[in-house]
Amino acid sequence: MQLETTTRNDALVVTALMPRIDAAIAIQFKDGMRDACDGGPARVVLDLGSVDFIDSSGLGAIVATMKLLAPDQKLELATLSDTVDKVFRLTRMDSVFAIHLTADAAFSDAAKAS
Amino acid sequence: MPNQTQSYNQPLTFAIPSTEMAVRNGLAAAIASLKLLNLPAEEYGTIELVLAEVMNNIVEHAYADTQDGVIELSIQPKERGLYCTFHDTGHPMPDGAVPLGNLSSPSCEIDDLPEGGFGWFLIRDLARDLEYIRENGTNILTFRIAVMLPKQTLS
Repeated sequence: MQLETTTRNDALVVTALMPRIDAAIAIQFKDGMRDACDGGPARVVLDLGSVDFIDSSGLGAIVATMKLLAPDQKLELATLSDTVDKVFRLTRMDSVFAIHLTADAAFSDAAKAS
Repeated sequence: MPNQTQSYNQPLTFAIPSTEMAVRNGLAAAIASLKLLNLPAEEYGTIELVLAEVMNNIVEHAYADTQDGVIELSIQPKERGLYCTFHDTGHPMPDGAVPLGNLSSPSCEIDDLPEGGFGWFLIRDLARDLEYIRENGTNILTFRIAVMLPKQTLS
């Protein structure tokens, strides 16, 4: 699974390197996210900057990941392409996640909030 | 350019095996063919999403017990958008009708959030004139994706 992890300001940043999160890889994505986040910090930022396309199976896998991580870890999203953003908005899942314009913004937002 | 656009007098047709990877490849082929229409970039995202959701449903439900099914897709660009027709010979839709695809409220506890059921909601939201019939053991689903096509593309 093409997931790259880095630690930043006590948060885990997971960068999805695949161009699509669709029905063909939804289950592997969920498993990969669980492994990547296992035992990690409470705050997880998933950077979707390389992802051009997501379908309802991919959306379901991201929601499932958030449910797997809760209550000890919280999943946030960053860098949604227009098409990916549209899927979250239409299904109203944009109200469920903290969504940041970029991974950098995820940390400047947090700085402003504190 | 005129030579390229003449092909749209005939529908674009695709025969896609009923596996998730074949659907991915079929989508790429369909979108590549439609690129000649020069639609705005965001329209291609919508088109790909609708086609993906329909084909994923056919793979997961109609052809639930076989990987040897075939999904036939025909796309006819017209002035009012892309007229899409899907044929498959898998199981009929439950109750002989397209699922409602109601969206459940996201304002619930995290544990209760839905992980599925978004597919038909997205299809119903993004497609127009959605119709389903079962005929001679074949599922036929038709709809229109309301994209604006430049007039000269269709002449």
